[in-house]
Amino acid sequence: MHAIWRFLLPAVPFRYMVGNFRARRLTMSITVGGFALVIFVYTAVLMMSYGVEKTLATGGSDRTIVVARKSSQGEISSIIDGDAVNVIMTLPQVGKDDKGRTLATAEPVVVINLEKKTGEGGLSNVTVRGVGETALHVRPHVSLSEGNMFQTGSREIVVGKSVRDLFAGTNIGDRIKIAGDMWTIVGVISAQGGAFESEIWGDSRQLQAAFNRQNTVSTVTFRMTDDAKFEDLEKAFEQDRRLVQYEPKTEIKFYREQSELLASFISALGTAVTFIFSFGAIIGAVITMYTAVANRTTEIGTLRALGFRRRSVLFSFLIESVLLALVGGAAGVLLASWLRFFSLSTINFNSFSELSFTFALSAGIVVDAMVFALFMGLIGGFFPSVRAARLKIVDALRNE
Amino acid sequence: MLPKLIIKNALRHKLRTTLTVLGIAIAVGAFGLLRTVITSWYASVEVAAADRLICRQAVSFVFPLPYAYRDKIAKVPGVEKVTYLNWFQGVYKDKQQFFPRMAADARTLFDVYPEFLVSRQELEAFQKERNACVLGQDIANKYGLKVGDVMTLEGDIYPGRWDFVVRAIYKPRTPAVDGTQMFFHWEYLDERMKQEMPVRAGQVGWYAVKIHDADDAAMVSEQIDALFANSEAETKTETEKAFQNSFLKAYSAIITAINVMAFLIIAVILLVLANTMIMSARERSGEHAVLKTLGFTGKHLFGLVTGESILIGLLGGVAGYGLTRFFVFAFSQIVPKNYFPVFILEDITIAQEFTFAVFVGLIAGVIPVYNAVKTNIVDGLRHVG
Repeated sequence: MHAIWRFLLPAVPFRYMVGNFRARRLTMSITVGGFALVIFVYTAVLMMSYGVEKTLATGGSDRTIVVARKSSQGEISSIIDGDAVNVIMTLPQVGKDDKGRTLATAEPVVVINLEKKTGEGGLSNVTVRGVGETALHVRPHVSLSEGNMFQTGSREIVVGKSVRDLFAGTNIGDRIKIAGDMWTIVGVISAQGGAFESEIWGDSRQLQAAFNRQNTVSTVTFRMTDDAKFEDLEKAFEQDRRLVQYEPKTEIKFYREQSELLASFISALGTAVTFIFSFGAIIGAVITMYTAVANRTTEIGTLRALGFRRRSVLFSFLIESVLLALVGGAAGVLLASWLRFFSLSTINFNSFSELSFTFALSAGIVVDAMVFALFMGLIGGFFPSVRAARLKIVDALRNE
Repeated sequence: MLPKLIIKNALRHKLRTTLTVLGIAIAVGAFGLLRTVITSWYASVEVAAADRLICRQAVSFVFPLPYAYRDKIAKVPGVEKVTYLNWFQGVYKDKQQFFPRMAADARTLFDVYPEFLVSRQELEAFQKERNACVLGQDIANKYGLKVGDVMTLEGDIYPGRWDFVVRAIYKPRTPAVDGTQMFFHWEYLDERMKQEMPVRAGQVGWYAVKIHDADDAAMVSEQIDALFANSEAETKTETEKAFQNSFLKAYSAIITAINVMAFLIIAVILLVLANTMIMSARERSGEHAVLKTLGFTGKHLFGLVTGESILIGLLGGVAGYGLTRFFVFAFSQIVPKNYFPVFILEDITIAQEFTFAVFVGLIAGVIPVYNAVKTNIVDGLRHVG
């Protein structure tokens, strides 16, 4: 490692480069600012896309299975009839709790309109999920954070934390109209920041009746017994004529697929745009570096006359440019990391209802952003550094 | 004399000026692309007819309305024509291919939606055959489907395999009309529901109502909703525009994010240009001092520096406009049609691009102008690049 450094930098003093920052404070900070902006946007986009994925994946387990109709693209377009539900519930792979209750919940999922709190928000869609009595055991990351759970067999509901924050008239004690009837909100559920916080839960049989769904549901979710194998389960679904049109997936996979469309849309759009306007910042750096080279022609001549090699001059300018980019990149990431304290909500394409999520930062995103900054610095510094290295000593010294 | 000097100055560092213009052009191009994404998003709202109402289930449009409502709605004063549609969805080929697929009333659909142009011949052929379908021109082109081809959908909301024969292809009346939809006979859907899932027969997703006079929209809507108040399926009727708008509002977070990006891009342009101007002005502080000695005033210097800055900004704007055309074209080729059925560069976007280019030129000149005017002659002359 040390040898490489000796090769690259036969001692054009680091202080010389840093000194240059000080002398041209304004242009340098403008160049850094350009890099910072690009990296800020890039990071923000990645954080948004990752936030959507993370929200939908929160609490997902590979021991929990979601069954939906094969061709369905989301829970609301999936239909499972009552007979099939009974077959699924009695599969040997379905777990039981210590009281002997089946750890499975057959859920009708629908979407209703509610008024948003914010002035211009208007109406938006909220997922209403009918759940069985063991739903909280099937999804251990969901818990009641305020009030009570709804009573089985009554027209009571609980709302997710984000629903309460986002929609008007959704506090405990409020009544909202679903399918012609008034339902009382008795509690608030939280799900460690996951997607269930954007839903309303009620008793599955009550909701089936209210929505005129007879005995059909949208999906069945259950916990596997400790010794069950997913492969056996898949085989059971393929071989049973009554189940062949349905497909079991692990919860992790199911919800990852639910986030795919939205997350990939955000990151595709964002990456394309960042890519285009990173050119703006790169060109900014090229201009700055060319000017730096032009202004320091005499100095370069002096360095060369003192015996510094061409490659030392090349690398000293290249490193200067990379340094600018990295400082800008770090500033951009730092700025973007503040976004973690904001949450957004938008319609998820798959569930057709409002999903609220938080910008999420990961080590991978930071690395990506810094690599991108490094790359911009290298590109931006390359041609000016080559020009500096190719100056002839005599010409450079003759420059006034 | 000033204009000539401005141009001479701008051309003094050809490489630097070229790079700056290029940088501005790329940023302006990206800005134009982003704004076009947004205006295209709103395009569906813009073309929504004012004399068309959408009547849907009040709780949410995922719930159906009884078919029996049709005759009642048709009798409301002010109503000209009623058609009805069901969102079918289904899967064509694989799950990645999404474009609207709907069951509709074959007799009335094109009366209520005159912006979909179908030849009389094809329309009759479509109406005659029970399992016929109509495709938008863009979808037909994308999948290479012609009249007479068979199109198979795997149902999800309506399970099973569904075969359709393409009998007509509609053309959008204007480029802003969506040419990516597929319609088939509502009766075909309903007959199968009667056999396979009787509880779901006789249901309509929503009614589209053409009214005589757009000014009566509010009144007619109220009357329709009053008909079904306190029934099992209450309705919510609103103009198509309001209906589409409520869809878009749901995506407001994404739209805001794109808008923020668009305006951050303006900031990048500003930085690039300001950087160039500051560097140029610093190198020329000696000359500025000479000009002052010769009797040029602050006003002249302001004109000289700002003029150059605006000139470069404008050049970047022109190049950026050309680039926008290219980006928009490339984007519409790469991005699947169904994301943005309509993708057109609007005049307002072009106007914004030029406004910002000039505006940025003005702002970028501020610091160098301030320095040039403020620096006294002696310091200016003493200055070394």
